[in-house]
Amino acid sequence: MMAIADLNINDMVRLQAVPPDWPGGFWGHWLFFTVVIIGFVLTMVMGVIYIERRGMGRMQSRLGPNRTGPFGLLQPVADAVKVLLKENIVPTAADKLVHWLAPVVAFAPALMIFAVIPFQNGAMLADLNIGILYVVAISSVSTVGVFMAGWGSSNKYSLLGAMRNVAAVVSYEIPLVLAIVGVVLIAGSLSLNQIVLAQDIPFILLQPLGFFLFFAAGCAEINRSPFDLMEADSEIVAGFHTEYSGMKFAMFYLVEYAEAIAISAIITTLFLGGWRGPLLPPWLWFIIKVLLVFFAMVWTRTTLPRIRIDQLMAFAWKCLFPLAIINLLITALQVLAWPAGLPWVVVIINLAIMAILILIWSKFFFKLGWGRIEV
Amino acid sequence: MALKTEPFVLNLGPVHPSTHGVFRMRATLDGEVVVDIEPVFGYLHRGVEKLAEQRTYTGIIPLTDRLDYISAMNNNFAYCLAVEKLAGIKVPERAEYIRVIMAELQRIAAFLIAVGAFLNDCGAYFTPFLYMFREREKIVDLFEMVSGQRLTYNYMRVGGVSQDVPEEFWPALRKFVDEMPRFIDEYDRLLMQNEILLARAKGVGILTKEQAINASASGPVLRASGVKWDIRKADPYSIYDRFEFDIPTGTVGDCYDRYRVRVEEMRQSLRIIKQAMAQIPSGPVRAEVPHLIRPPVGEAYARIESPKGELGFYLVSDNSIAPYRCHIRPPSLINLTALRDMVRGWKVADLIIIFGSIDITVGEIDR
Repeated sequence: MMAIADLNINDMVRLQAVPPDWPGGFWGHWLFFTVVIIGFVLTMVMGVIYIERRGMGRMQSRLGPNRTGPFGLLQPVADAVKVLLKENIVPTAADKLVHWLAPVVAFAPALMIFAVIPFQNGAMLADLNIGILYVVAISSVSTVGVFMAGWGSSNKYSLLGAMRNVAAVVSYEIPLVLAIVGVVLIAGSLSLNQIVLAQDIPFILLQPLGFFLFFAAGCAEINRSPFDLMEADSEIVAGFHTEYSGMKFAMFYLVEYAEAIAISAIITTLFLGGWRGPLLPPWLWFIIKVLLVFFAMVWTRTTLPRIRIDQLMAFAWKCLFPLAIINLLITALQVLAWPAGLPWVVVIINLAIMAILILIWSKFFFKLGWGRIEV
Repeated sequence: MALKTEPFVLNLGPVHPSTHGVFRMRATLDGEVVVDIEPVFGYLHRGVEKLAEQRTYTGIIPLTDRLDYISAMNNNFAYCLAVEKLAGIKVPERAEYIRVIMAELQRIAAFLIAVGAFLNDCGAYFTPFLYMFREREKIVDLFEMVSGQRLTYNYMRVGGVSQDVPEEFWPALRKFVDEMPRFIDEYDRLLMQNEILLARAKGVGILTKEQAINASASGPVLRASGVKWDIRKADPYSIYDRFEFDIPTGTVGDCYDRYRVRVEEMRQSLRIIKQAMAQIPSGPVRAEVPHLIRPPVGEAYARIESPKGELGFYLVSDNSIAPYRCHIRPPSLINLTALRDMVRGWKVADLIIIFGSIDITVGEIDR
């Protein structure tokens, strides 16, 4: 047996990531899934843009795009062609290199997240045994790209948006991770495939509070409403991508939706039982669940007003963070009490705990309106 | 330890999603906190007051449509009142009632836009805005029936209105008046107790009673600060003394109060319309007025309660066919003078919603 020190990076990838019986070996597997992931993300982005625009149209008592193709299905294609043909404008005062590099830095991590997400049993680019840790680490890299965009544009709106984004991501990372830890405790593994396999009872039932914490923090991470103040169009025009046009703008647009799909996919994997489901093929279940989660995001976006930057921070630290800690404590105790696996009765207990906790917290400990600056 | 920060100047507008037209503010910010703002006017200046000096009295009415273009009927109304006062023209009863119905419908339409745009500024992504537009559409349809236009109606004339309303107007109006309270309740259910809206708007941008009076603010901005002042009651014009309605007022004078006052006023306007529909007599809709009006030498000031506040027209006549001087008191401009006091110390996001809660139309500010 080789000592750990003798392993090179290739061997490590081989040992950890590739199912031994995978046809085509390492490189075939790698090529296949790279193509699948890029194809999946780009197709899904088009799909969700269509769903968002049509869905929002329905909710806002208007039609939404319906001119291009049947039911407006080709609208995302038309949009893509439009941005491709647009002139690429770079402000004279911009930091050219940073301005140029920012969309790439933001886009790459959004794509990389999908490397560890199982589309069906074992069907993933790399079954990392630290999968969820990898997701958390990679997803925060996008922020660097966003801040580069804000700084490189030399525009005050961009800078304000980028500052807000960094502040939000740094704060919301913590409840996000703490919500994940609850899931990891129950599943007993960091590998996303193992987490899916452990969900005989979907974790949304075992971890209802964790689900809501993750959903809220996830929305804040990817600038979805009501936490969309990093690109609040009514305040700071478009936030960090105010000065972007043409394909570079399209990249940011793509990042936004790729991240939304990524968060939906992670929620699906962690809480909704991933690819598991009766009758339909697993990959279809996975896509259906992802789209459902995304639809929930569209729903919140059309319903809720936006919160303010100080309220955003207060919400992370005074509401989500303590609740996440309590949730973690309760989950740890439950895992200790039933080491062989949590029974169904825990579902009822946890739903009750969630209702009581949220009620108490919103009544006595935290209100959005508290703690605003006085004049 | 507090970091040393340096204020910077952020130019908001004239092209900005939330400046309700082409308004511009030069805001000095310390991070996210507004230190100072300096409004810059004049991007929509068309010289309406000067243009009016070369037009006949009737020819000025289309110009007034384009002042506060989202409440054109009220502008027509105020201008016609001023000319009638100047020339001593008596308006027929039926025309008075039609005018009141139109003015109140227009008020509802303008408040729908004001509330919708305010919520849009709060970040409710276009949903309330489009819902309000759904209702405004019905009002605009009514106006199209009577005037053929959907934005600049040019409906009222000196001495009455341009023509009587068509037959199909009454059932449509009845239907609207019956349905509308249900829609207002629907918006209230959606937004009135919304935690985020409360957190954003309550206690934000407070304009005290004294400040509001000192700035000579009027309309919902003044009433939200707790002053019971409505020209329809305080100095009744036309036939407003015949109707029963309340003046909704706020208590604190924050953005939330301004939003609530507007919603309540929609209900009061519906009350007035209902009473007017019941009382309206038949008869002519226009007094015998010559095409070229030559009012006697003199001056007149007429004011009405427009959706934005006190809209006044001051006319000076030299017995020619055009006014010697036409001055307009635009409520938006006067209300806006209080903006600086309201936003100092608040955040950029608050600046936007405070600005939105004043409810301005740039066409009226720059004239």
